[in-house]
Amino acid sequence: MSSSKEDGAAERSSVSDTFADKEDFVTFIIANQLFGIPVLRVQDVLSSHNITRIPLAPPEIAGSLNLRGRVVTAMDVRLRLGLPPRESKVTMSIVVENEGELYSLMVDSVGEVLALKSSAWERNPPTLDSKFRDYSLGIYRLDGKLLVVLDVKRLLDYDRDQAA
Amino acid sequence: MDDLLSEFLTETNESLAELDVELVQLEQNPNDKDLLGNIFRLMHTIKGTCGFLGLPRLESVAHAGENVLGKVRDGELEVTPEAVTLILECIDKIRALLEQLEATEAEPEGDDSDLIARLNAFADGSGAPVEAAASEEAPAAGGEANAMLDELEAAFAAAKGPEEIAAEKAAAEAAAQEAAEAGAIDADAVDAGATPEPEGAAEAASELAEATAEAPKKTDKPAVPDAKAAENKKEGSVANQSLRVNVDVLENLMTMVSELVLTRNQLLQILRGQSESEFAAPLQRLNHVVSELQEGVMATRMQPIGNAWAKLPRIVRDLAHELDKKIDLVMKGAETELDRQVLELIKDPLTHMVRNSADHGLEIPADRAKAGKPEIGTVNLNAFHEGGHIIIEIADDGKGLSVDKIKQKCIDNGLASEADLDTMSEQQVQQFIFKAGFSTAASVTSVSGRGVGMDVVRTNIEKIGGTIELTSVEGRGTKFVIKIPLTLAIVSALIVECARERFAIPQLSVVELVRASAHTEHTIERINGTPVLRLRNHLLPLVNLRHLLKLEDPDALVAAADKAVSSAVTAKAVEAVQRSQDEVPTEAPPAPDGKQVKSTKDASKKDEEPKGVDDEEVFIVVAQIGNYSMGIIVDRVFDTEEIVVKPVAPILRNIQLFSGNTILGDGSVVMILDPNGIAAATGEIAVAEDSENQAKERHATSKSENVAMLVFRAVDNTPKAVPLALIARLEEIDLTQVESSNGQYVVQYRGQLMPLVMMDPAQKLDSEGRQPVLVFSDRNRSMGLVVKEIVDIVEGRMDIELSSDREGYIGTAVIDGKATDIIDAGYYLTQAFHDWFVSERESMENDGSGRRLLVVDDSPFFRNLLQPLLTVAGYDVVCVESAGAALELCDAGEDFDVIISDIEMPGMNGFEFARKITADTRWADTPIVALSSFSNPSDLARGREAGFKDYVAKTDRDALLSTLHDTLAQLRGAA
Repeated sequence: MSSSKEDGAAERSSVSDTFADKEDFVTFIIANQLFGIPVLRVQDVLSSHNITRIPLAPPEIAGSLNLRGRVVTAMDVRLRLGLPPRESKVTMSIVVENEGELYSLMVDSVGEVLALKSSAWERNPPTLDSKFRDYSLGIYRLDGKLLVVLDVKRLLDYDRDQAA
Repeated sequence: MDDLLSEFLTETNESLAELDVELVQLEQNPNDKDLLGNIFRLMHTIKGTCGFLGLPRLESVAHAGENVLGKVRDGELEVTPEAVTLILECIDKIRALLEQLEATEAEPEGDDSDLIARLNAFADGSGAPVEAAASEEAPAAGGEANAMLDELEAAFAAAKGPEEIAAEKAAAEAAAQEAAEAGAIDADAVDAGATPEPEGAAEAASELAEATAEAPKKTDKPAVPDAKAAENKKEGSVANQSLRVNVDVLENLMTMVSELVLTRNQLLQILRGQSESEFAAPLQRLNHVVSELQEGVMATRMQPIGNAWAKLPRIVRDLAHELDKKIDLVMKGAETELDRQVLELIKDPLTHMVRNSADHGLEIPADRAKAGKPEIGTVNLNAFHEGGHIIIEIADDGKGLSVDKIKQKCIDNGLASEADLDTMSEQQVQQFIFKAGFSTAASVTSVSGRGVGMDVVRTNIEKIGGTIELTSVEGRGTKFVIKIPLTLAIVSALIVECARERFAIPQLSVVELVRASAHTEHTIERINGTPVLRLRNHLLPLVNLRHLLKLEDPDALVAAADKAVSSAVTAKAVEAVQRSQDEVPTEAPPAPDGKQVKSTKDASKKDEEPKGVDDEEVFIVVAQIGNYSMGIIVDRVFDTEEIVVKPVAPILRNIQLFSGNTILGDGSVVMILDPNGIAAATGEIAVAEDSENQAKERHATSKSENVAMLVFRAVDNTPKAVPLALIARLEEIDLTQVESSNGQYVVQYRGQLMPLVMMDPAQKLDSEGRQPVLVFSDRNRSMGLVVKEIVDIVEGRMDIELSSDREGYIGTAVIDGKATDIIDAGYYLTQAFHDWFVSERESMENDGSGRRLLVVDDSPFFRNLLQPLLTVAGYDVVCVESAGAALELCDAGEDFDVIISDIEMPGMNGFEFARKITADTRWADTPIVALSSFSNPSDLARGREAGFKDYVAKTDRDALLSTLHDTLAQLRGAA
């Protein structure tokens, strides 16, 4: 899994190093918190889809679905972040690719794509909840709100979970 | 060129290329243990193969290199650039030697002591190598050129020496190769200076080309075409053997075909929904074409396993030679086909294991003779298909694994503490040979050892989703069973439904489907809550998929919770919806909407409510897992479908119940169940299978048969067992129904009084509740044996290891890994009816009474089973354990009416026995009935020819009795 760590590091540094550059993020909301994923990682945005439950899977794994002939594993990011399950059934999903596999990240709602300046980026505050800190690549200061950059690799890295 | 040699060259060249890359990686990343391990293994393999092929020069170079790597692996040396340079130099040397080997088909003469000395010096950790490496820098840089010059000289010598065409050709070939190596310069293009880089080499090559040109001139052969021809030949030699297609290309093709199959399935699904369509005909055609394409592509991937075995006989032969052993390699099932990729992956492990068997397993002839074994040791290789798997068995009849030695080694290597080892079973201790860094050979030989061993084998096999099992008995031999899934991308699968979820079960493991409900002949019965099914005189253990997958029908829960208020809710919801439709027609407010969904589900639930209740109609998928049959309870069964197995996401790989997922024709995703995983998850079955194998191995020489045993508990905590064949029924009786008569518990059962017998006479029954009882029944009488709990039904080989003097017990056997008391049913029968056997005799006066039977069977278990059985039937039974003992009885003047004999027996077997008796003893007229687990027509014919009257399956008691009856009737008729 060394490669994934390196990639993660690369991602971190690309966020911090490319100063003048702007990076595009797909934004979404989970439990009223704004999150973002670099737009280049995102394959698709889905509204509700027919999901097959997977028995015995961890609770945050909602199931799998068929996206144009490929099997996509759906994960409820809310549960992965240790947040309580959402009340409404209506969800949207962001499809990302990780190590050749497609994952559908279920979120509360998907917002617009924002181009964010690197200068607005900051490290995770050390006081952040450990789950958030684990899965966050840093914070962007926006007008009136803060955007958490979600670390997709970490989010989907269950080997690390088991090792820990 | 010799197949073996060319294969070796291809392989080793591949390994060398890999080594090059990995060594460089290692230099950058010196602490990567896996990488280092792999490098070491590659080198080890090269060394090993060189040794087998009798290439001492290559072997010694590789050995020195391996030594250095070994030290590095053990942490005695650091990975320094010098070390890497040295190893690379070693690899270059090997490569250079290989090139010559390819050209001449013989290992070139030469001396590598300088390199070896430096490698050894480095391995010893002296400071010298650093300087050496520094001083060698220049030569190392031009190392290849240097080596090449050596070779050129060698080639020169060869060319000038005997003026035979072969030698010249060889030289020319070598030259051509060198030329090619030096930058693909034509041998005649002396102006090779154009290629700037290896000038020296180019010059040398052209020089040599000239030299070789001179030589052939003497035989009026132009050098240049010769060299060219040689070059062509070399290219051709690789190409003409087979068409090497990149695996990726095949893989890709396979994936595309898989997708095509999926799309076809989707189209067919759509077509099914339309009564008449103009697409029907072309789709049908497409269907056929795709099917054929699929088969074709599959065929490109299938290869007989014999391909992987091809070089084994030679390896074993050489090994036998080297170790002064006599080894017989028996290979069965070489035609068994498997996916070439899988084949590729198991090739090395297999070779390694055969080597191990021959090297560590088999003893030298003198020791074998001492142990009373034939001098020639046997290594058995056997491959076959079973239940969607390929099973490969590697067995030797050698000395087996020494548990004590393994323990000692574990302690020495710090793998486990003595205290830990003491608590482990033999089987567990044996598993240590799969641990990294473990090798049982006392000394590191060139053949095997060094701890590159079973750990790698296991890793490789597990990498392809296989398993490896080991059974070994000291003094008897060792057997490995490798189980590899037929991981074909497209499989036919049965689609089932459980708790409204659909699942696919690979058709290969499905034996049959049974519909069970209270109204059909198949009803699910329960033993202490464990569901079982009676299926053709066998009890089939069942697992409920719903429980196994922890599938709680969410609707059912909602339904249950809402049941009481459901009508109210429905009314309200309808009202709400109506209201909402009236007020805001476009937007239904969420709350009523949700309720409405619920209520409709309630409605739909109504007709499904009986689900989950016992007497509902369910389907049982009878699955075969190895030797085990098991029923999987599902709600519904759809049809079969060709599915494309897609691996599950990595985050789900640890769920062993699924082997993958797939997309069905209708576009939905379903999980593919893995019957092996299910068997493993149910626990007991896997254990039982293990213990069965254990038992199988333990009695490798004395054949024992498969018996279904009912395991239960009573009196103390030791599990008890009784052959299932003796039990008529399992009942749970209501204790309020139990009456007491004449100091004995009785119960009215099927219109008769059935005595209940306690295993412990002092035990008293409770006055209420339910009590499991084993019912033994014969003729019109039944007896109930009161037990505490029925544990399991275990089918397995079983022998009584400790016989017992205790009344009511036959002895103790290992069943399911536990010491189990085998109870003597006959004893309890007489407890219930003191006159049981007496009355039987009376009632059978016309039949068997007074008739003397001789039972010849080597298995104490069967003797113990048959004796009471036949005694019950009124015969006077004498049991002996071998044909020899039977003949002694004959000589002693004993007479019998019928002889029942086993076929498979140590010493004289049943056929010989029968032949002997019918030929020249006083018993020549006594009918002999064969008792065997196999009864196919050819056996029958062979049996008749030997003098047997009839054949009876061992476990079929009714057939045995009726056969005896018939045989005796014939006898009477004749008399």
